[in-house]
Amino acid sequence: MFEIVTKRELAPHINLFEFSAKEIAVKTKPGQFVILRIDEEGERIPLTIADVNIERGTITVVCHEVGKSTKKLGRLKEVDGIPDLLGPLGKPAKIEKFGTVLCIGGGVFVAPLYFQVKAFREMGNDVIVIVGARTKSDLIYEDEMRQVCNEFYVATDDGTKGYKGLDFLKDLLKERKIDRAITMGPIVMMKTVAEFTRPYGIPTIANLIPVMVDGMGMCGACRVTVGGKMMFACVDGPDFDGHQVDFEELMARMKMYAPQEKLSFVFYEKGGRGL
Amino acid sequence: MSAPKPKIRKEVVSMPKQEPKERSHNFNEVALGYTEEQAVDEAGRCLQCKESPCVKGCPVEVDIPEFIKLVRERKFDEAIRKIKEKNSLPAICGRVCPQEEQCQANCTLGKVGDPVSVGRLERFVADWERERGYEVPQKSASAGRRVAIVGAGPAGLTAAADLARLGYEAVVFEALHKPGGVLIYGIPEFRLPKKIVEAEAEYIGKLGVTIKMDAMIGRLYTLKELLQRFDAVFIGTGAGLPQFMQIQGENLCGIYSANEFLIRVNLMRAYEFPMSDTPIYVGEKVVVIGGGNVAMDSARCALRLGAREVKIVYRRSREEMPARAEEIENAEEEGIVFEFLTNPKRFVGNERGWVKAMECVRMRLGEPDASGRRRPIPVEGSEFMMDVDTVVVAIGRTPNPIIQQTTEGLVVTKWGTIVVDENGKTSIEGVYAGGDIVTGEATVISAMGAGKKAAKAIHEYLTKK
Repeated sequence: MFEIVTKRELAPHINLFEFSAKEIAVKTKPGQFVILRIDEEGERIPLTIADVNIERGTITVVCHEVGKSTKKLGRLKEVDGIPDLLGPLGKPAKIEKFGTVLCIGGGVFVAPLYFQVKAFREMGNDVIVIVGARTKSDLIYEDEMRQVCNEFYVATDDGTKGYKGLDFLKDLLKERKIDRAITMGPIVMMKTVAEFTRPYGIPTIANLIPVMVDGMGMCGACRVTVGGKMMFACVDGPDFDGHQVDFEELMARMKMYAPQEKLSFVFYEKGGRGL
Repeated sequence: MSAPKPKIRKEVVSMPKQEPKERSHNFNEVALGYTEEQAVDEAGRCLQCKESPCVKGCPVEVDIPEFIKLVRERKFDEAIRKIKEKNSLPAICGRVCPQEEQCQANCTLGKVGDPVSVGRLERFVADWERERGYEVPQKSASAGRRVAIVGAGPAGLTAAADLARLGYEAVVFEALHKPGGVLIYGIPEFRLPKKIVEAEAEYIGKLGVTIKMDAMIGRLYTLKELLQRFDAVFIGTGAGLPQFMQIQGENLCGIYSANEFLIRVNLMRAYEFPMSDTPIYVGEKVVVIGGGNVAMDSARCALRLGAREVKIVYRRSREEMPARAEEIENAEEEGIVFEFLTNPKRFVGNERGWVKAMECVRMRLGEPDASGRRRPIPVEGSEFMMDVDTVVVAIGRTPNPIIQQTTEGLVVTKWGTIVVDENGKTSIEGVYAGGDIVTGEATVISAMGAGKKAAKAIHEYLTKK
């Protein structure tokens, strides 16, 4: 059993979980992920690690309730435990001294981006952070990010806080010398960021967590086309060159189980097993 | 019963099976197993040859004539004990070993009629014991040494069981959330019920083996770190990496690797969705590409999940199919259609990124290739389109690469398999390997044989050390 030592609601339906998992914590590097299972019927859920605390022997993940499995996770409380927590999986992010690093996160993925921002700062980079969300109430990690980065921007899809959309990024890129860009978020957002940075030739890393089952290279569900080649996000990634990723294909693949996910969610809400 | 047998009975006692019409709609086991009478009857056919050719065909050298003699005498408890001297997973082997190529291929009776059905008898006594509760054999005195085993598949579980019996503290590290490896994620319920894998893994636990789940070696601990905590290590990580054809459109929605398809169905029990949480998509027209047991398993799963039409597309002809004859027969009985001498060229998708058709080319057979099978050659101009909405690519699996990638000094081949000597010893002292990680994709029993051999070698190494 892996115990939840802290649970905190960051925004409506977005929760932070700190799991007791000492062995994983000491091995984790920014950019890696875990796979967890909530109960015997449970799916294997991949979540990018948002932080570790070696002294406490914990890892942190942040999860948005979007379907049955994430809702089930959201119902767990402190001192509850989960049977399975596997990790750290995937290759660590490349954290070096690049100069000025632009980190753009969207939605729940702002949390694992925070882990990377801290690491980039520790390496002596100047870090510009943009956090985004659909709307003001969905924004997370604003204060935490402000404290660790050099420059901070907020953007929302509906303009309820900060910039409206990501178009302001075009001006920022025009004015500044950026040595590396990191983007973690919804696929549409990462695609936009990659398109904006492409003309400037800024190396742009997209952290991809597609649909996956085992997370260790066995199923191939997470295959993505990068530079015309088939890659498995779980073992070849999750970081890829954002200018080479076929985002259209990835978007289609992300929706593969949409009807089943909906059915499963309705079934769960109506009191099916697993409550 | 003990009356002298007047003559050799050439025909095998047949084993009851679920009717094809019924079984193609459920995931219950197809083969139902012998009754006591049937088992005793079949055991009575054994000639008890002095030179035991059957044993020579068994990778773990079970004393086959002796256990069959005990079945004939209705001493089922002694029969299972005899098997378990050599084989810790008999209920599994009785079901999935290719006996027709191993013990039964050498059976003297096979020269004049059907060979003795060693597999069905093994299965019978193993089930007989399981239903009554396992007897746990006495352990040797503790050797005070610890051995780490990487991977809880057939090779790892066998090595762990043998080492535990020799008095070692055996700890198995398994990356998935259940033990069994391919037995739990790959082979479907209707061929190998998961409760049997669970029971046999539990038996191995009773021998004193610790199985640590969710522990991926290479990420959670490196091999070198294991060597600091253990006196020896056995690597049995298997061949779990799916191969794709690398043709156009292979990433369209609706196209699965056989591994993904089977992991969803077996390990994650997607056939119980939405009672279980993991979904699977199976359309009306399913095509499985490949000719091995994995292709048969995938096709038969698709049928049970409600596909209207399931085709197996194989580039060679029936004779070259690597699947077991019994499994091909089962698939045919259930209504799976075979398209031989056919190879996919590309997939065509719809506007939402889903596969809707597959372009194929007809093949003919040329000269034998390195595998000894006749090489398939495309027939020019024979291209045609096939309507599909679900595709399962079952063209083979390659070794899991994580340990090789994360261990300096471990010698591997260009195919990614680990190089070992005849005892399973790798290039690193104290590290042994066996099963598919050494041979490439092979059988459950050959992996068990390799686990056994390595356990013996580890024992010798640690005794001398």
